[in-house]
Amino acid sequence: MEINEFIKMFSLQFDETDESEIKAETEFRQLDEWSSLIGLAVMTSIRKKCGVELDINDFKSVSTVSELFELVNSKQKS
Amino acid sequence: MYNPFTLEGKTILVTGASAGIGREIAIDCSKMGACIYAVGRNAERLNETISQMDGIDHKSLVCDLTSRQDVNALVSELPKLDGVVHCAGIGQRIPCMLLDETDIDEVMDINFKAPVLLQTEIMAQKKLNKGASIVIISSIASWSPTIGNSIYSASKGALISYAKCLGLELAPKQIRVNCISPAMVWTDLAKKDGINEETLKADEERYPLKRYGRPADIAHLAIYLLSDASTWMTNSNIEITGGGKLS
Repeated sequence: MEINEFIKMFSLQFDETDESEIKAETEFRQLDEWSSLIGLAVMTSIRKKCGVELDINDFKSVSTVSELFELVNSKQKS
Repeated sequence: MYNPFTLEGKTILVTGASAGIGREIAIDCSKMGACIYAVGRNAERLNETISQMDGIDHKSLVCDLTSRQDVNALVSELPKLDGVVHCAGIGQRIPCMLLDETDIDEVMDINFKAPVLLQTEIMAQKKLNKGASIVIISSIASWSPTIGNSIYSASKGALISYAKCLGLELAPKQIRVNCISPAMVWTDLAKKDGINEETLKADEERYPLKRYGRPADIAHLAIYLLSDASTWMTNSNIEITGGGKLS
């Protein structure tokens, strides 16, 4: 999956936040709409679309969308 | 010694006996004198359970409870039972918005359909002694919502509804059916639930008794329900919660 596709998948989990507000360098936990439910939705989408089961501690270790993308990529390769 | 909770002379089937609450129930019931038929998917972990039991006549039975063939074969190997503990189950955390049919089937097949069809087969093959006790492990999740837990909660609620009808149908034979609904218990299922341990520890502090349950807390209640101490108890759903979840 390319980064742009990943960002699109990520943005789909939001209702109020415009897609244009979410970029590779966005610190997603700082977004007004961010919640634990959206976090769970992101983790579920990653599992279903990328086939990667993220550990909650791994997920907490990243803060931007691109870091999350890299994390998923590294898990896909390992 | 006066002991109304003894399980001496009773033969008890326990599913989900290779880990967590099921394992503890199997081990503790053996210590109360029962002969245990321990069912699980993993032979190695089941043998670990057996190795921690008191007594020598226990059996481990590897079975995929979602397979009709496996279940029929399993039940035909069983002697007459005085107790059944339906404990096998899995967790799941998926927001409602992202659920698909596979997610629903995965949880309902294991948590609901499997115990129901195992129970059906046990009755069809007439493997229950008069006065037997059926214990079904449900959860307060049936009424206490947490995000992403919809299908797990629904599966546990479905078990409670099923148990009440089963209890009514088996009452003429003095066979009792009761559910145990624990709040959070420290097991691998809880630890792998997609919530980090710090959050769980903070949540634990909100319990009036300041801790989550231990598998033994649930096993001791199961012993009561399986013993003759509870012969007037059927169609109940007992909540065991460390004082109730305050939220």
